[in-house]
Amino acid sequence: MSSLTLKQFHSPLLAPFDLHLPAGECTTLSGPSGCGKTRLLRAVADLDPHQGEAWLDEREKQTFSGPEWRRHVGLLSAESAWWSERVGDHFNAIDRDLLTNLDLPIESTEWQISRLSSGERQRLALIRLLTNRPQVLLLDEPTANLDAGNIIKVERLIESWRKKYQTAVLWITHDPAQQKRVGEHRRQIESGRLRKR
Amino acid sequence: MALILLTPLDLFLAAVLVPALALLSFRLSLGIERQLLIAALRTVIQLSLLGLVLKFLFVQSHPLLIASLALFMLLVAGYEVMARQQRRFIGFWGMGIGTLSMFISSFTVTLLALTVIIRAEPWYSVQYLIPLLGMLLGNTMSGIAIALDNLTHNAWRQRHEIEARLLLGHPWDEAIREIRRTALRSGLIPIINAMAAAGVVSLPGMMTGQILAGAPPFEAGKYQILIMLLIAAGTGFGAMAAVWIGSKHLFDERERLRLDRLSPPKA
Repeated sequence: MSSLTLKQFHSPLLAPFDLHLPAGECTTLSGPSGCGKTRLLRAVADLDPHQGEAWLDEREKQTFSGPEWRRHVGLLSAESAWWSERVGDHFNAIDRDLLTNLDLPIESTEWQISRLSSGERQRLALIRLLTNRPQVLLLDEPTANLDAGNIIKVERLIESWRKKYQTAVLWITHDPAQQKRVGEHRRQIESGRLRKR
Repeated sequence: MALILLTPLDLFLAAVLVPALALLSFRLSLGIERQLLIAALRTVIQLSLLGLVLKFLFVQSHPLLIASLALFMLLVAGYEVMARQQRRFIGFWGMGIGTLSMFISSFTVTLLALTVIIRAEPWYSVQYLIPLLGMLLGNTMSGIAIALDNLTHNAWRQRHEIEARLLLGHPWDEAIREIRRTALRSGLIPIINAMAAAGVVSLPGMMTGQILAGAPPFEAGKYQILIMLLIAAGTGFGAMAAVWIGSKHLFDERERLRLDRLSPPKA
């Protein structure tokens, strides 16, 4: 069980806001491009300096070290980055079920990063993040480069994952149909404010 | 063997060559003639002044005066390190990192050489201290400048990779480990090459100077060996200190990558 609560949280381009992400549930976030969605996620993951409180259940962010917080509050960037040559170099442990769920063969860990398609990168980046078992998932358009079949697979994986591990999810998506499919709660950024929808 | 003294006319003949080069650079529109002339002018003025200052210090060898000259040399070297950075650290650290690392490395190595190895009397004797410190500062300066520039350049270029690692919960020093390693290597390669080529390809400046001044070549060689080894140690420790302090300062207390602490690149 882990929920995330933001209190008087300051994120660039946005008025201070409160936000509660309940454990095991998914909240979608939408808004015009350039309105500060990505920067909001970066601030929540404590990758950018910001003001305001963030609570993981009953513990405030400052009681964690930066790396500890980011292991618990996992951010999946829209563009994944890879620092080594081989896929497997980026993983501490290989979860075969995760690979199979997203239609990737076990040998994919031997693949060269430079030869991955953008869809493969995106799916592998998600697996890389989930292997850390974060308690909160911040997803920045995780299906932007995927075909219809893989979009559904990723959506199903996230849903079963959050229910199994009671992970709180915040999911940026522009697609109204996807917002309906994946999230119980919806938030929208409108003229510098975070609003319920 | 007495030293043949150079007259102003001798220097003038050598000095004609540089404007000639500048003229050619201008004709070929290389755009480097201004820098070339200013640097040549700086050499003439700075070395003449140094000659005068040392002449004065040889007579007036007050420790405080020698210390001020050493400090002045350190600050100029620190400034030079900063000036050679494409992306500098903003504020105090811009000059602070280079100056501090050179202080740590050059000063300790010089001190060690003067007190334990050469055992000059007194240890701060101008004749030994200033040339030694100058050689060390000049060389560690290059190594540190290259290493720091490489560090900030690669941290900027690979910022997405660094942040990807931070996002997976890696600590800062793990996220920048490879970049640090590359930076250190780049800072040490010039002195490694210089040591490898010494005496076979290049005749190092100090040995040449001593031979010109009439010292026996074998004795001059021994001094050169000493200096080369000291420079290698000074450059290595200095570059390590600079890369360590620099890479630490690229992250804040929450271990976030803070490239906003670097200035935009020079035009």
